[in-house]
Amino acid sequence: MNTHQFDVVVVGAGGAGLMAGLYASKTAKTAIISKLYPTRSHTGAAQGGISAAFGNSEEDRPEWHTYDSVKGSDYLGDQDAIEFMCNEAPQAVLELEHYGLPFDRTPEGRISQRPFGGHTNNVTGKPVRRACHAADRTGHMILQTLYQQCLKNNATFYDEFQVIDLLMDSKRAVGVVALEMATGELHTFHAKSVVIATGGHGRIWEITSNAYAYSGDGAAIAYRRGIPLEDMEFFQFHPTGIYKLGILITEGVRGEGGILINGKGERFMTKYAPTVKDLASRDVISRAIYLEIRDGNGINGENYVYLDVRPEVVNRYAVLDGRTKPDGTPYTVTAEELLKKLPDIIDFNRVYLGIDPMTQPMPIQPTAHYTMGGIPTNKFGEVLDENNTPYAGLYAAGEAACVSVHGANRLGTNSLLDLVVFGKYAGLRAAEYAKDTDFASLPADPTEFTRQQFDALRNADGKENAMTISNEMKKMMFEDVGVFRTEEGMRRALDKLAELRERYTHVRVQDTGKIFNTDLLNAWELGNLLELAEVVTVSALNRQESRGGHAREDFPKRDDQNWLKHTLAWKRGEKVEIGYKPVTITKYQPKERVY
Amino acid sequence: MNVTLKIFRYNPEVDKKWHYETYNIEAEPTDRVLDLLENVKGYTDGTLSFRRSCAHGVCGSDAMRINGRNALACKTLVRDLGDKITVEPILGLKVEKDLIVDMKPFFDNYKKVLPWFINDSPLPEDGKERLQSPEQRERFDDTTKCILCACCTTSCPSFWASDDYLGPAALVTAHRFIFDSRDEAAAERIEIVSETHGLARCHTAFNCTMACPRDIQVTKAIGELKMLTVTGKLE
Ligand SMILES: Cc1cc2nc3c(=O)[nH]c(=O)nc-3n(C[C@H](O)[C@H](O)[C@H](O)COP(=O)(O)OP(=O)(O)OC[C@H]3O[C@@H](n4cnc5c(N)ncnc54)[C@H](O)[C@@H]3O)c2cc1C
Ligand code: SF4
Ligand code: SF4
Ligand code: FES
Repeated sequence: MNTHQFDVVVVGAGGAGLMAGLYASKTAKTAIISKLYPTRSHTGAAQGGISAAFGNSEEDRPEWHTYDSVKGSDYLGDQDAIEFMCNEAPQAVLELEHYGLPFDRTPEGRISQRPFGGHTNNVTGKPVRRACHAADRTGHMILQTLYQQCLKNNATFYDEFQVIDLLMDSKRAVGVVALEMATGELHTFHAKSVVIATGGHGRIWEITSNAYAYSGDGAAIAYRRGIPLEDMEFFQFHPTGIYKLGILITEGVRGEGGILINGKGERFMTKYAPTVKDLASRDVISRAIYLEIRDGNGINGENYVYLDVRPEVVNRYAVLDGRTKPDGTPYTVTAEELLKKLPDIIDFNRVYLGIDPMTQPMPIQPTAHYTMGGIPTNKFGEVLDENNTPYAGLYAAGEAACVSVHGANRLGTNSLLDLVVFGKYAGLRAAEYAKDTDFASLPADPTEFTRQQFDALRNADGKENAMTISNEMKKMMFEDVGVFRTEEGMRRALDKLAELRERYTHVRVQDTGKIFNTDLLNAWELGNLLELAEVVTVSALNRQESRGGHAREDFPKRDDQNWLKHTLAWKRGEKVEIGYKPVTITKYQPKERVY
Repeated sequence: MNVTLKIFRYNPEVDKKWHYETYNIEAEPTDRVLDLLENVKGYTDGTLSFRRSCAHGVCGSDAMRINGRNALACKTLVRDLGDKITVEPILGLKVEKDLIVDMKPFFDNYKKVLPWFINDSPLPEDGKERLQSPEQRERFDDTTKCILCACCTTSCPSFWASDDYLGPAALVTAHRFIFDSRDEAAAERIEIVSETHGLARCHTAFNCTMACPRDIQVTKAIGELKMLTVTGKLE
């Protein structure tokens, strides 16, 4: 039996986990457990930037950032938490700079900022430069920098350990169980505090920008232990994924002046968002693209439109929009400048499509991108039950958590901010709690539930194939629980999910070994995705309105009267039980959302 | 198209010795090698083991030898390889299972160059960012792109000869900090990379630059470090 004791155990080593680990390890004995080498975490894929209202290039204020995020959330975000995050933002980004993060610079040597969808000057309504960036690999630099700081501080890492279960003593977390991939051994981590920072579950959908690792492990593990999941119907479809592949093309491309064009050669966003056009919020643009395609306005009638960032196109529309540089002169770009600002985007196009975005437009379609819902927390990362009472010793942060600062729709660059701010507070709180308490006792057989789950996958009759089930789920979810939803589609989805979950019980892994048994782990991850797909669908079916990322054709309007509330979903046997809790509204009363 | 995919296989729990296994599969020219591996694992042989996560060349998980050259499986397309594809683990690190190698020596070398920002001077009085001009920032831009995939280090003849050679990836990291105008530990790092296991082992074979999936000018960066040890000056 491998048992370890730590004051704080952090599950996940992306931006949120590393930040939590960094802060917790200052005062508490801390372990950071990750199924991937930390530098492989999905935070490294983030491209465009991290928001903070510094106003390094033009006037900006945290209040504007707060309002934009509330509006972006379609008023479902909790306003106290949003305000807290936006006020903390400048300090959080400066902290990263002080850790050595190589942000791009303004001529004055300050952190360079670019415009991003939904971030505006609240007086003029025009896009504001709020996204701090390091080329188009901001997340990569955040991940590297935080990992390096953890190494500097001698944090303890358990790399390639996959957590399978959360151990609870009624409403208190007491540890986790993890599988060491290199040996196949189970380890029990006995802890005073547990922080879950395992990222999202975007692998539920066929076209996705998300890594293979995005199987929702943390949320599924917590859910199985009776913890509710919040607002799971809200999942963001990013408007610009590479056609068929789903690889993300950052909004930064539109920030630099890129334009969306339909099959008729029209800049269609003027119809849907007359003021900010191609820089409207993501949900708005994804729906616009979907409608264009449905009306036969895709390129050659196919399921995609163009994102055009050819310098002559950018410059032509910049004149039409009267766009200016910070110094007031007309905005222009050259291919050379774009190459510097968007090197990875240009590289993806060359490698995967054989296209040069400097001379050809990019074929794009909406792609599954970001988990707004998740494990309910407050602004200190404490995991909450339905009465907003914290579970003792249990914390969550990052994409796995739902604070909620993103509500029904996350603004670009607010997630990286969320990781850094709430990762930090979760780490601090976890360490603080550990300081004043003793270890609670572990269950008699801590690995029992883990072994049960694995045994089921090892001993089933093998009639079914995991890959087939996975592909069927993804395709169906993209069609029926995607950008637009209807009651009929979602009922069909639930029937299909019930069938897939039954078939899943017949999956037997072929690999019977211990060393790097990724066959077993992949099959286990599929179980998480199926479980969460059902929670997403039930939550979505119950919400009879359209709000942010949840767009229902049968209920096309937002309905604050009945639905200005957070969904909670519990696992009750094999059923999903739904409940609700109020949204925190402080300064901003809900208004219609126009861009 | 039909592809003949030959894969290096080794499972220490059952095999005495490694061998190759050949699979015939249908593929699109635009498929990634990673898609082929997923296909084999998903439908033919679940025991096939490899690492992967992002699937678009940014996380550094799936460095392999593909038709004899180090590359990321997710960033190598069938159309660039033809219908005969051989996939093997990267060289110079112990094979743990199939395409999975022991990365520990690689990360240990990384840790030797003090891979973290060091500046113990007080922060600017306004509490804001340390200033850096766009030109100073540009000076080390290339080496900030490294995703620690190990394609370079495991293509380097000097590393094959002995894994206590720091290897190009660790040197790239050293470069990233040494040429950062805000960092104050250049001297310490230069000392580390100048030791016997460092720069002197590099014979400018360029394998590393050819292998880097992030197009980092690895040999150039190492050259700049070498210059520095000669002139002692950060230009
Ligand atoms: C392509 C792309 C571009 C993006 N661009 C931006 C952007 O420009 N700005 C922005 O603000 N946001 C962006 N986002 C969103 C943002 O990057 C993510 O939401 C964020 O990085 C998530 O960080 P995290 O720390 O929560 O999770 P991750 O960084 O994904 O880390 C999850 C960690 O948990 C570990 N883990 C998972 N399951 C287990 C388990 N069972 N056991 C042990 N460990 C486990 C993993 O190994 C990993 O270390 C982007 C997202 C994508 C996909
Ligand atoms: S240039 Fe130096 S580091 Fe690169 S492969 Fe050759 S010997 Fe190795
Ligand atoms: S320098 Fe290039 S090849 Fe080497 S580890 Fe970094 S990204 Fe990989
Ligand atoms: S899977 Fe991430 S680099 Fe290939």
